[in-house]
This record gives sequence, C-alpha cells and structure tokens, in this order.
Amino acid sequence: MEKPYEILEHMADGKFRAYGRTLEEAFTNAALAMASLMWDWEKIKLERKKKVKVEASTLEQLIVRFLSEVIYLLEVRSFLLGRVETISIEEIKLNDKKLYRLEAEVTGDDVSPEYEIYGQVKAVTYNDLKIEKTDDGLVVQIVVDM
Amino acid sequence: MDIIKISEFIWEIPKSGEMKVPARIYASDRLIEMAKRDQTLQQARNVACLSGIQRMSYVMPDAHQGYGFPIGGVAAFDLDEGIISPGGVGYDINCGVRLLRTDFMENDIVSKKKELLAEIFKEVPAGVGKGGITKLSDRVLKEILLKGARWAVEEGYGSAEDLDRTEEGGQMKEASFEFISERALERGIPQLGTLGAGNHFLEIQKVDEIYDEKVARVFGIVEKDQILVMIHCGSRGLGHQIATDYIELMENEFGFKDLPDRELMNAPFKSKLGQQYYKSMCAAVNYAFANRQMIAHWVRSVFEKVMGEARGMRQIYDVCHNVAKVERHTVNGKEKLLCVHRKGATRSFGPGRPEIPAIYRQAGQPVLIPGSMGTASYVLVGTLEAEEKSFSSTAHGAGRVMSRNEALRRFRGEQIRDELARKGIELKAASWKGVAEEAAAAYKDVDEVVKVSHETGLGRLVARLVPIGVMKG
Repeated sequence: MEKPYEILEHMADGKFRAYGRTLEEAFTNAALAMASLMWDWEKIKLERKKKVKVEASTLEQLIVRFLSEVIYLLEVRSFLLGRVETISIEEIKLNDKKLYRLEAEVTGDDVSPEYEIYGQVKAVTYNDLKIEKTDDGLVVQIVVDM
Repeated sequence: MDIIKISEFIWEIPKSGEMKVPARIYASDRLIEMAKRDQTLQQARNVACLSGIQRMSYVMPDAHQGYGFPIGGVAAFDLDEGIISPGGVGYDINCGVRLLRTDFMENDIVSKKKELLAEIFKEVPAGVGKGGITKLSDRVLKEILLKGARWAVEEGYGSAEDLDRTEEGGQMKEASFEFISERALERGIPQLGTLGAGNHFLEIQKVDEIYDEKVARVFGIVEKDQILVMIHCGSRGLGHQIATDYIELMENEFGFKDLPDRELMNAPFKSKLGQQYYKSMCAAVNYAFANRQMIAHWVRSVFEKVMGEARGMRQIYDVCHNVAKVERHTVNGKEKLLCVHRKGATRSFGPGRPEIPAIYRQAGQPVLIPGSMGTASYVLVGTLEAEEKSFSSTAHGAGRVMSRNEALRRFRGEQIRDELARKGIELKAASWKGVAEEAAAAYKDVDEVVKVSHETGLGRLVARLVPIGVMKG
C-alpha cells in the first residue's frame, strides 16, 4: 500500500479513507486515520498494551464499534493509541445468527502533557460509510462527528 | 429540487415523491445560498418523508448538513403514528447553553480579567481526555442520570433558583438508566463537570447592545458593559455513546431499506425500542444539565475568590439545543402532544407557556444563541408566532462554513490569540491547533442568523453580548 489512509475534506466534521490489502489492514489504518484527527499517533511511545474485542452483525457496525473503542480507551482509560499490534476479524455463528468478531491488541501510552490532543472525535457515524473491494484490496470510508 | 421563495426570509420545498409534508427554510438570500452548497436541503426533504411528521420539516437560519437530519432541523411527530430518531437529536445529547448575569461592569473586572480566566481554567477541566475532578461511583452516576441538575444542587452546586431557570427545571422526569449500555455509563463516569473540546467554550462576556430594554430587564440584563458568563457544552461521551448504541439497535430491529438515508434510523415513538431510546436520551439530558450546573457553580466560586464576591451573579437561563421532547402544540386547529426533535435548534416559547418560569412567563422564554469563538452571542426571546412557524423553535448558533482541514491550513492558534488580544479578548485554550480549527472565519455570520430569526419572528432580539475572555476546550 502506498498510503495507509487519507484525510478528506468535510465541512463540519472529520472524514477519511483507509486502505488495506486485507480487511484487517484496512481496519487498522482506519484506527490510525481517526487517531490522527485527535493526536499524532506516530509520536506516541508504545508503553502500554490494551486488548480490544468487539462483535457486530455487519461489517459496517463492526468498524463503528472498533473505532468507538479507540474513543472509549481515550475517554475512560486515558489511553492514546500508537499502533495496532495484532488484529483478526472472523465470521462466527452465535445462536444461528451470523456475527463478525474483531480481536485486537493495541499499544500506546497514557494521556500526559507530553502529548498534544488537538481534536475530539465524539462519535463514529454511518454517514457515507463505505467498505469496498478495490483492485488491490479494500477501502474503508468513515465520517466522524467532531 | 424545487425551492420556492415565499417571502424575504421564507423558502419552501413543496411536497413531492415520498414527502408527507413540505419543507420550510428560514433564511436570507445569503444563508440559503450557503445551505444549497451542501446536503442541508436534501436532508430537510428526507426528514419530510418520515412517518407521522406533522405540518412541515423546518430548517432554521443557521442550518448546515448533519447526519440524517440537518443541523438546525426541527421536526415534530405524532406520538401514535410517528417516530423518534437519534439522528434527529444528534450525538451530543443536550448540548446547550447556560448564561449567568452579574452586577459587575467591565471596569470592575478589567484589571482582574487574566486572573479570573486563569482561575476558571484551573477549576473547570477542559480539552480532550481531561477527566472531571470527582471520581463518581456507579450509584452516584445513576442518581445524576435520574435527577440531573437537581442532584448537583442537592450536593451544594448552586441553588434551587438555578433549577427554576433551566429548561425542564434541570431534570427530565422520564429518564431511566436501565437501557443504557455499560460502555455509555463508563464514558459518563470520568467526564462529569468537564467542558470538553471542539466548539464548546466558556466566555466572560459584556453587554454590547440592548434591543429590547423591557424584556432585557426582566432577564436581568440592565446596561451596556454589564458582565455575563456563558457556558456551552453537553453530555460528553455518555450522550455520544447512547446515540451510537441506539442507531445500531434500531438498524438491527427495523433496518434502513425504506429510508432515504441510513442515518435517519428511527423507531416508532411508542415501540419498546423507541421508548428505551427516549428514556436513555432523557438521562443524557439530565447528565448535561448536571454538568453545566457544576461548571456554573465553579465559575461563581472563582468570582467570589478573585473579586471578593459574586455580585448579583444569577442564572438567566439554560437551554438545550440537541433534544427530543414531548410538547403540546396546535396542528390543524387541534391541540395535541407531539415528539418535537430539535437538532441544533433552540426552543423559543412565547409568553404564557406554562413551561416558562413564572418570572419570565409574561415576557417569553429566554433564547440563548452562542456565536463562534471570539464573536458576538445573542439573547433573544421566544414568541407566540414561533408556535405556528416552527413549533416554537429558532436557531442555535453560527454553523460552520469551512472544514477543519482548511481552517488548520489557513490559521494558527497563536495568531488567533494575538488577534483576539488586540480586540481586548483574552484567550485560554487546551490546544492551539484546536483554536485554529474553531477560528471565527470558519463559521457563518451569527449576526445574520439572528437577524433572520428576529425578522421572521422565530425569536426576537433582546441583547448582543461580546466576549472579553474566552476559555476553549
């Protein structure tokens, strides 16, 4: 992949497109793209590790839940994501219902004056949300409420 | 799309296709041109297609594109036939404005302004990832969700008079925490009593102009250069998570195939899920009331400490501008209860409504409209004619016209601070990059927004306030 993600123009809020050869890679880059709207993830020391596990009935809901966890980790655990270390997405059956399960391990650091947090993503929306196959992989498009 | 000009400030999209009612837009020529540049009008049209919508899908003068419903959208639904939609309320449930008056004049505080702002900045947590000062227990959080600002007053934050001067008395009684996810509750715990970031702010303002002396006096605004304090914030992560959760739950239950836009996700108001969302939303409304109640209390304490007293410091009013409420309105000559969604719109009840506190009932409800950072804000008064024009609603602020990216390219936070300083406005901020994103030039002209509100009678001008000290999250 030449670029992991790009930030797009949006009048009131934040919009980005994340790319990946696999769904996992595209979701990883989506998390980094969203983090870049709030802090410089490349500058975050990889001091702490967090586990993330989410389930949803559709892939669209799964990406919304996954990215919402990154906001949750900031607001509740005072954690700034620096890298997605491992990530797996699988389709499972639960009581005859198809579900998607995402498990990831992310590393980063505690909120501290060392890091500037310049933006606040309030929520991940379904507006213009796209998960699409392309010739060389996948693209995930997200609009976040800021 | 057909847009018909009805009069100088009124536009209409006639009923067509799936629309159940027409859409009506209150805007000047300039504001309607701005609305045409994004999806605002299409979204107003989409809202007109929803089940049980009454009279018209309304668009306020400051409208811009939102998710599903436009920001600045007002729509009322029949309780039996109609729906409730998280997208019609917005992610920041009970984002709102509180205004405090004082008997200080600009001259009294000018030498202490820096200190006042520095102390407020110390007392009121602001910015992203900044927790509140109190670590709440789960039990206390749930009490707050049920009691709202009333809880805060019982805990010693402010007085009963503040409750009287808050929409709903600071407490929506239909609230319940039973249908709120663990994640949402967890996000609520560290953030109570915090301002947050983005367009949220706290300003020390002075009265710049009074348009209606009689009404201004009733509200406690008596002369030019009088000092006021405005607080603009909402229900923080708790509200955002409730919206996120219910959009997913409603999609799983009802799907979105019949909807013109996925973000119009909704549930029949009286359905189980509709009621669960409504009660959870009321709880988030209460959380936001408590939040502003605590912040207002800390501001008063800072004035006491720095100025030696909080001279005449009383609450004028507190309004919600992202909310759905059950209210009595007249449709086709018949009075009925409706679920009124105001997303980026302020209630503007005219004289006589029982919901208005007794002291203001003859004048009408105070309407508080914050400008963008460093620009003027306004006090308006609700009118009787707003009832038939917009289910008693008017604008809520300025509305963005420039993306954050572009604002970041064009402005620097430090440069904005220096420009404000030249105008005598002191600025304290958690992030300079955040300041650049909120530059006044990235917003619509709030002066024009309130002019349309005044001319159309949605809410009439009472006073213009300008900042002398700004604290931005």
